[in-house]
Amino acid sequence: MKARVFVTLKNGVLDPQGKAIGHALNGLGFGSVGEVRQGKVIDLELSESDPAKAKASLKDMCEKLLANTVIEKYEIEIK
Amino acid sequence: MKSAVIVFPASNCDRDAATALEQMTGKKAAMVWHQDSVLPDVDLVVLPGGFSYGDYLRCGAMANQSKIMGAIKAHAAKGGAVLGICNGFQVLTESGLLPGALMRNAGLKFVCKPVSLSVEETQSSFTRKYDKGASVTFPVAHGEGNYYADTETLDRLEGEGRVMFRYRDNPNGSARDIAGILNEKRNVLGLMPHPERVVDPLNGGTDGRALFQGLIESLS
Amino acid sequence: MTKITPEMVREHGLSDSEYATVLKLLGREPSFVELGIFSVMWSEHCSYKSTRVHLKKLPTKAPWVIQGPGENAGVIDIGDGDACIFKMESHNHPSFIEPYQGAATGVGGIMRDVFTMGARPIAMMNALRFGEPSHPKTRHLVSGVVSGIGGYGNCMGVPTVGGEVNFHKSYNGNILVNAMCVGLARQDKIFLSAAKGAGNPVVYVGSKTGRDGIHGATMASAEFDDASEEKRPTVQVGDPFTEKLLLEACLELMATDAIIAIQDMGAAGLTSSSAEMGDKGGSGIELNLDMVPQREENMTAYEMMLSESQERMLAVLKPGREDQARKIFEKWELDFAVIGITTDTNRLVIKHKGKVEADMPITALSDAAPIYERPFTKRAPMTGAPAYDKAKPVLASLEKILAAPDMASRRWVWEQYDNSVMNDTIQHPGGDAAVVRVHGTQKALAITTDVSPRYCRPDPFEGGKQAVAEAWRNLTAVGATPLAVTDNLNYGNPQKPEIMWEIVAGIDGIGEACRALDFPVIGGNCSLYNETNGEGILPTPAIGGVGLLKDVTKMATLAFKRAGDVVILIGETRGHLGQSIYLREIEGREEGAVPPVDLAVEKKNGDFVRGLIASGRVDTAHDASDGGVLVAIAEMAMAGKIGASIGQAGLADGISFWFGEDQARYVIAAPFAEAEKIVAEARAANIFVAELGKTGGDTLALDDSDSVAVSKLSAAHEGWFPRFMAGEEIPVRN
Repeated sequence: MKARVFVTLKNGVLDPQGKAIGHALNGLGFGSVGEVRQGKVIDLELSESDPAKAKASLKDMCEKLLANTVIEKYEIEIK
Repeated sequence: MKSAVIVFPASNCDRDAATALEQMTGKKAAMVWHQDSVLPDVDLVVLPGGFSYGDYLRCGAMANQSKIMGAIKAHAAKGGAVLGICNGFQVLTESGLLPGALMRNAGLKFVCKPVSLSVEETQSSFTRKYDKGASVTFPVAHGEGNYYADTETLDRLEGEGRVMFRYRDNPNGSARDIAGILNEKRNVLGLMPHPERVVDPLNGGTDGRALFQGLIESLS
Repeated sequence: MTKITPEMVREHGLSDSEYATVLKLLGREPSFVELGIFSVMWSEHCSYKSTRVHLKKLPTKAPWVIQGPGENAGVIDIGDGDACIFKMESHNHPSFIEPYQGAATGVGGIMRDVFTMGARPIAMMNALRFGEPSHPKTRHLVSGVVSGIGGYGNCMGVPTVGGEVNFHKSYNGNILVNAMCVGLARQDKIFLSAAKGAGNPVVYVGSKTGRDGIHGATMASAEFDDASEEKRPTVQVGDPFTEKLLLEACLELMATDAIIAIQDMGAAGLTSSSAEMGDKGGSGIELNLDMVPQREENMTAYEMMLSESQERMLAVLKPGREDQARKIFEKWELDFAVIGITTDTNRLVIKHKGKVEADMPITALSDAAPIYERPFTKRAPMTGAPAYDKAKPVLASLEKILAAPDMASRRWVWEQYDNSVMNDTIQHPGGDAAVVRVHGTQKALAITTDVSPRYCRPDPFEGGKQAVAEAWRNLTAVGATPLAVTDNLNYGNPQKPEIMWEIVAGIDGIGEACRALDFPVIGGNCSLYNETNGEGILPTPAIGGVGLLKDVTKMATLAFKRAGDVVILIGETRGHLGQSIYLREIEGREEGAVPPVDLAVEKKNGDFVRGLIASGRVDTAHDASDGGVLVAIAEMAMAGKIGASIGQAGLADGISFWFGEDQARYVIAAPFAEAEKIVAEARAANIFVAELGKTGGDTLALDDSDSVAVSKLSAAHEGWFPRFMAGEEIPVRN
């Protein structure tokens, strides 16, 4: 089973990289760009066939390592 | 004072910390590999600067999963002194031994330069040899030293006198100019600037010596 | 077996005559893998086929040289059983394509060259040349290269202590990224690449092999017609974390006596490392590619032999030591595999999936590699003393020069490099030379990189001489004894006779200066074909120099230390403005003869200044080079935040005195009583000496007629780079 984890900064936490990207996009003439937030995508392969179990295990992974929940939030997608 | 320096894969200020400790205490620091599960009998544990695990995923995140972290947490719980410098500070926040997180510098660039700090509190074995409000100069060398914590945590840190060092000219966007903080029990210090790089007059000054002298007085 | 077509031969960069030699050497048609191996081993990069005959003329010996050119890096004796190992290398083209990764992998490559010889790297430098600031790509390239160098070097925990950054339109389409690494080892623990003896295990350590950086042209050939997009050559990506582990693991293994030979896998990876080790050891090497740790699936023998995946090493161990070595690499979580064995056949044999993919004499790749005496057309050097407006106000020009792109402070650059890690950096970036202490001792190494490309096009010979002389002078100015150099020769297309002349004359100039100054060349690198749209770059023979300070407490820095010191100029000023910064920045012209270097005078003046510093009598010194004496004094004032009141001395008029770029000159400052003695001693030794004035106050005051605040000069000097990088300024040269 394949899974994808999205890790992004929590709302309200300043994202200087996102800000710089937004600034650069505006500079390139993409005037419609408002706020930009950037994050990480982590693709994983799991030897688990039960989606519920996989999801629980992924949640544990996020809490323990993949995200720092002081500043980051995460979403899990199972394919 | 007996001390140990933890060596994570791609720690790179481990030797600097050990050299400074030896210079200040006259005793060699024990170098402890991250896969060890026990600490030698020491008074002070130093988590050195560097790029443990290449700073991949998040600075300090993978080092926090090392075997030795259990022993470090136990040492801290017993009241043993822990000093986290730069990457070591990042590991301490990842581990929960210190609150908050260290984010990408606001300027988005790595920054290496001497910075002026004010010593905010002297009620700790780390800062007792400084004068309150004193100006000291330590170098910083980091890309992710932008201290973040929610308002409540920041207020608490300030209220409890746990903000130990503050930048006079903030190099990284840290909340409330915070450069170094203490845990609740006042035995764990994390800071981004490098006191171990300022113990020798030939290469940058001696403002860091008092930090080690304070520890020696308290822990010996 | 793949039939080799003339098209494939061409795509592999082999000429018809070179391919005819291949056929003769093998006595048959090469296999496709063999063709690939010949292609890389006979490339300019690996074989030095255009420059070898000229490089042989360089002086490479001195009593303190332990290892000259030919190994991964050169080695010098710095006393007490210590050795200094260093080299400079280019990563120009990859850095133009992908500045971050190009520069990062350049740093990683040169570090491996140094630690593969047993040294712990202790300092990095880099010489960078970019296009005009106004060129649309320049800012992006500067930003990427600087963060790439920092990203790799900072993670390695090796301080980046200095270097050069220049801008010129000839680099618009072809930037130069030359990185230098300096390391320390014990003299009895130096590792070479000669794989002596048969029956010894050949081991592969480090990262896995992927399809990184396989030569682009070859990918279009028959075997890859149906290759998917994913198989296309990719930019090499550096992994400093793995390199840091590789460094520690290699040093740990080197502390044992298990190694016979070791070599990093740089350009042409497995091919060049195995061929060079076999060649130097006079042995043969047989590799079984099935055993190579692979990152991607279904890699062919061709791909594995040509891959330029980073952070890999090849070593030959003593038999039976495999497990001892394996344990060390496993501790550091690195790949370790025995992939072959040395033989007594002098042949390179490559096996893969039960098939012999290559079987060729190793000497065919080394001794039999083509060597060319390429034709060159001499060009008379530019001559003449250009005219200039003698009425221009001196201090206004100074302020403008200090803020010019080539002269402004590089703080924006070096603050992104960790320059104090390892706790032995005694002089940080911004001085004449960086000074890095030998850990645990009172001695230190001084390090610099220098070349003035603007001198090298008008007069390639004098330009080559001047590059060496300036490196020697910069080391001298901190009080170090210059010991040896590494050169990084960046030029255009050697098949053009006028470019070949620049190369030949440049090497001759370097050779002459190195001989006269007792400053041997112990290693280096050539980067040719640096051209865009048929226009070559300015000839840029970068010189990396290393010197020794026996006692780091007797050292000079450029900052003024005290008010009331006498400012003394050592060396004669005739007011040479040809090809000067002043002429270019203020008059807007690049004309005239370059300043000649009189090597005897250079040596005499330098030895005098060094003697003053080494005996502890002078702690303030700076060489007067780019921009002339006034720029030198301004830099000393800005660094010390102390002004000076000075007047001109000598025959030249104001502008040519203050801004002339006559060589072999130093500005020093010393208290009055000492200064009087120094002046008398210089006169007695027939050295040109002049008292220019006194330090003090917070302005730079000239001839009691005009003055400018030091803080104003600093603002101009510090301001340009950050403003440029923030996109606030598109400077236009007048």
